[in-house]
Amino acid sequence: MSVNTTTTADSPASATKGVSLPAPAAATGNAKIMRTAGVILLAIGVAAPFLSGNFLIFQLTMMMIYAIAILGLNILTGINGQFSLGHGAFYAVGAYTAAIMMDQFGVGYLWTLPMAGIICFMVGFLFGLPALRLDGVYLALATFALAVVTPQLFKLSPFEHWTSGVMGIVISKPDAPFGLPLNPDQWLYFLTFAIGLLAYVCARNLVGSRTGRALMAIRDNPIAARSMGVNTALFKSLAFGVSALYTGVAGALGAIVVQYISPDSFHFALSVALVVGLVVGGVGWLPGALFGGAFIMFVPNIAEELSKGLSGAVYGVIMILMMYAIPTGLGGLLKAALGALSKRSMTR
Amino acid sequence: MELLAQQLITGIATGGIYACMALAVVMIYQAIHHLNFAQGEMAMFSTFVAWQMLAWGVPYWLVIPLTVVISFAGGVAIERLVIRPLGDAPVLSHIVVFIGLFAIINSLAGFIWDFTIKPFPSPFGEGSQFGGLISNHQIGMIAVTMTVLVMLFLFFQYTRVGLAMRAAAENPASARLVGIRVGWMIALGWGMAAAIGAIAGILIAPIVFLEPNMMLSILLYGFAGAVLGGLTSPTGAVFGGFMVGIIENLAGTYIPVIGGELKLPIALFLIVTVLVFKPTGLFGRTVVQRV
Repeated sequence: MSVNTTTTADSPASATKGVSLPAPAAATGNAKIMRTAGVILLAIGVAAPFLSGNFLIFQLTMMMIYAIAILGLNILTGINGQFSLGHGAFYAVGAYTAAIMMDQFGVGYLWTLPMAGIICFMVGFLFGLPALRLDGVYLALATFALAVVTPQLFKLSPFEHWTSGVMGIVISKPDAPFGLPLNPDQWLYFLTFAIGLLAYVCARNLVGSRTGRALMAIRDNPIAARSMGVNTALFKSLAFGVSALYTGVAGALGAIVVQYISPDSFHFALSVALVVGLVVGGVGWLPGALFGGAFIMFVPNIAEELSKGLSGAVYGVIMILMMYAIPTGLGGLLKAALGALSKRSMTR
Repeated sequence: MELLAQQLITGIATGGIYACMALAVVMIYQAIHHLNFAQGEMAMFSTFVAWQMLAWGVPYWLVIPLTVVISFAGGVAIERLVIRPLGDAPVLSHIVVFIGLFAIINSLAGFIWDFTIKPFPSPFGEGSQFGGLISNHQIGMIAVTMTVLVMLFLFFQYTRVGLAMRAAAENPASARLVGIRVGWMIALGWGMAAAIGAIAGILIAPIVFLEPNMMLSILLYGFAGAVLGGLTSPTGAVFGGFMVGIIENLAGTYIPVIGGELKLPIALFLIVTVLVFKPTGLFGRTVVQRV
């Protein structure tokens, strides 16, 4: 028995290939494990801000914000199979929407979130239309171009009246409402936590719905999907829109939490980081977004601690080693492990 | 009129650099069907190696071949040590590994040679021809790019190794059956791409100055050129590189809002536009796929 487990742990990739569809009984067993894990995570999530200092709370909030953005990217890449190396652009649009609404029009910060979502949905949908013509590497490059252009677009002089150009916009930190006994950091943590949870539930439902199946059919084989009556053009653009919506809301939250935005906060490195988070968490596995968020939030700091001068190199090495160890991300590893587990329980 | 000619020539000259970079990108894309995001950093590192040798007093005519050889070995080593163990992992995992390589090489160069900007002498010396219209360096750049292109063409068309490399890229299984060592052909592709990158780096360094981040925008233009010409065609890549150089210069000069800062966006915007109408690039071929 122990021999069995070691072999599967050593080669997750081959294990994934070997796993056939688990029997229903085993599947519910897995679902139980997942649910328990979810409840534990939730409990930790609620308790965390009371047990840690303000800076750690801020970092955890940012981690969840990245997770929401990665969730959006996962809907596009993992579920619909379209690459994007430019999601930082949608993050930036969301952040600027929130900041400009608060700064120029004095709108309350909560109201900026749905607005950022709507605007990003439209931007994403519109960007999705030309993107229909591209796939694979070409789409990756076109979106990469978008990511590179973004900071320069926000520096443009015609928009300077709203964006204040390179100077950026400073936002004041909101206090907890209704006299809740929370400091602003804790309040923002819980706000992000709630929105993240809502985003996750919506994404799950979307993936489980008819629309979700259509999106996955397009990912697996666009031509077959089309011949089965799926409107590929519409659904692909919609996937772009929804994905941008998630990332835009994350961007708006990010602007509120960081309290400052400028064009250079949205350097293309942000887009690259989101992709790294997506892959580390597991492409197509929604909860992986949280791990991806944790990776891009904390691992660069760890690298910095290991070596000041070579922090970039350390981060790069960690990234590459991660890909050797788990080429399909944490999601793939987990799937392989659970598959092996349920197989064993079946034979028992 | 003189301004136009001047800008055209400058465009062609910088286009030569992009063409070199695009060529390197296409080389690797042909061999492994992935876009190497670390390509620019590899070229940057090679250029630093050349700079270091120059600083040690090695004569220029010796520095260039030495750098090319070192870069070639480096490219092969990266393929063997880093890329090969990855096997047939998903595309996105490859992209993450490239990003990792990017971070490592960039940080390493910054650590060894620090981030200050260094001047880099031109291999063709100072001075200019035709009454200051074009500098010696620009002429040299165009000539070198064209030479490299012709040599590559001959290599892939007429030599045994070149044909074997093409076969390995086209159909790995069949190539293996006729006795081609496909793994080594891929490594060779990496080595050659690194060597071409080194040449591009040495040519561009006198213009943009040497520093660890010098290659980022160059790589983007290289990608743009490669995509414009079609990722499956080396000739297309070179043509695309020249086009991007010309477009970028003319747009920067004649469209007032754009100016220097927005050159990059406008070039990329043009590329996206071309792609929308011609998704496989100007010279690319359409891949027919079975359902």
